[in-house]
Amino acid sequence: MKVIEMKIIDPAGLHARPASLLVKEASKFKSDVELESGEKKTTLKSILGIMSLGVKADADIKIYIDGEDENVAEESIAKFLVDNNLAV
Amino acid sequence: MVIKGIAASNGYAIAKIFKIETLALNVTEEKITSYEDEKLRFQTAHQKSIAELQIIRDKAILSLGEEHGAIFEAHLQMIEDPELLGGIYSMMENDLVNAAHALQTVSDSFIAIFESMDNEYMKERAADIKDIRKRLLCHLLDVKMNDVTLIDEPVVIVAEDITPSETAQLNREFVKGFATNIGGRTSHSAIMARSLEIPAVVGLKTVLEKSNHGDHVILDGISGEIYFNPSKEMITTYEQKLVKYNENKLLLQRYLDKKSVTLDGHQVEMSANIGTPDDVDGIITNGGEGVGLYRTEFLYMGRSNFPTEEEQFIAYKTVLERMNPKPIVIRTLDIGGDKELSYLDMPEEMNPFLGYRAIRLCLDRKEIFVTQLRALLRASVHGQLKIMFPMIATINEFLDAKSILLETKEALIKEGIEVSEDIEVGMMVEIPAAAILADQFAKHVDFFSIGTNDLIQYTFAADRMNETVSYLYQPYNPSLLRLIKMVIDAAHKKGKWAGMCGEMAGDHIAIPLLLGLGLDEFSMSATSILSARALMSKMDIEKLKPLAEKALDMSHNDEVMNLVNDYLEEIK
Repeated sequence: MKVIEMKIIDPAGLHARPASLLVKEASKFKSDVELESGEKKTTLKSILGIMSLGVKADADIKIYIDGEDENVAEESIAKFLVDNNLAV
Repeated sequence: MVIKGIAASNGYAIAKIFKIETLALNVTEEKITSYEDEKLRFQTAHQKSIAELQIIRDKAILSLGEEHGAIFEAHLQMIEDPELLGGIYSMMENDLVNAAHALQTVSDSFIAIFESMDNEYMKERAADIKDIRKRLLCHLLDVKMNDVTLIDEPVVIVAEDITPSETAQLNREFVKGFATNIGGRTSHSAIMARSLEIPAVVGLKTVLEKSNHGDHVILDGISGEIYFNPSKEMITTYEQKLVKYNENKLLLQRYLDKKSVTLDGHQVEMSANIGTPDDVDGIITNGGEGVGLYRTEFLYMGRSNFPTEEEQFIAYKTVLERMNPKPIVIRTLDIGGDKELSYLDMPEEMNPFLGYRAIRLCLDRKEIFVTQLRALLRASVHGQLKIMFPMIATINEFLDAKSILLETKEALIKEGIEVSEDIEVGMMVEIPAAAILADQFAKHVDFFSIGTNDLIQYTFAADRMNETVSYLYQPYNPSLLRLIKMVIDAAHKKGKWAGMCGEMAGDHIAIPLLLGLGLDEFSMSATSILSARALMSKMDIEKLKPLAEKALDMSHNDEVMNLVNDYLEEIK
């Protein structure tokens, strides 16, 4: 299991366009990918799940990746968040 | 049967009715015997919905660009969402209920979550879920959904009202016209129809109720009449009218590369009002000499957050570059009144047209204003930019706006960004206070542009959205003509120019008067330019000056109208 810990910096939070790209990214991998923010947790492969969390700017997030391709998944999801100025 | 409304966009349409209405989708809870069968039924509906959404997405990308396509991309993702589908399947399996009920219940819970969020953006996502649910339910319940983007034969759209974003999705190849229950000549749907060159009749009150989907109809965008199930003779008459209309349009092509000039050599500029960079095509095909009004609010509408500086820069640069070296007057954000932004929390007002809008809002929310000014200034090196502030009432408002512009310019130069040194800065005249004090304003501005829709509504104290007082829309009333004269004279005395960017600038009764009053620039819907230029070429400025003088001395709107009509009859 891999864990990514980051802070959201996009002023609009994790909103639909980036969130939807993030779901696409996470869905590429066989591993289970889960997003945790505050007390709530959801699969990162669900756009509705992510948006239900309503992750705002400055929020701390944790992403848990568990499965056979967790190493590649960890690297590319973290890179995606940074490249799109979503989180640091 | 015939009904009459307000003619909003010229032309004729003979086609089938395509109704857009709110569908009644009744979902009841029913017990099922086989989960597997019901799952299969749901999957069939699901597949059909996905196929439709893919078509809509591709069409949206093609006609509106990647940006709009992304909305449907998000819908596609939502419809395949594991949380949504998982919820529906497990409810069907555990409770043995029908798919429609499970879909309704599961999606309701997501909608409730989003609607309860204190964030306009998230609240709108609830609308997205409702959208995809509607599509799925239509297939599950076998209700035919009337989807504008899927139209593939000639139609006349009939609806309660059409929003600007819906108008933008209409396929010009098949949508031959549209008819709506509400709206007036200056409502946004009407303005959009004219810029898309689609004939339209609005304010019909009962057209939706009286229409049957698929019936034949004739739409007369000149008289404002709608004929249901027309007779053969009627269709022949209109087919001839349509041919003649198209011929006339072709005749006007002669004026495409001509100057806008009277018989005796008085020259003015005839430019276009635009809303998006795409409208530049229309200016070119209609011989516009520039842009007299670029309504930047369309950049801000139909989305869920403010456009970034970069997005704005690209839009402005595109227009400036494509039209260079022709002059482009870009109006800074004019939001408020009847134009709201979902992501900008604005207090509800008793009189929004008299309230917190346009420059009032921009001077208060400086960050919004500065982002736009930065984008404008950066784009300025790509063409002939003129910047115009809307809704100016006092000298201080203009000076404040201008000093923010200058500060922003300084800041950009300090950052090493190139800015044109040659940008005219002017203002809209739409508030009587500004018209009356035009001589003082003229010391500070580089130009005036008279916005007649608002100037008329404020001069006559008549809400232009209120149909019961529409008789007060009196563009030829000498009271209004005198205000216009004050503005033009004030500009000329200080060596500045005066233009007009309201509906009136393209009006064939107003044009002789405005020429006579000395107006320098006429900005109108692109499609009105050629016929305005043709009209002008038949007139003598030396006859128009006394005509305008005479009109200024009259008492009634109708009196002036008759005066001009007589003159037009003479020169025919």
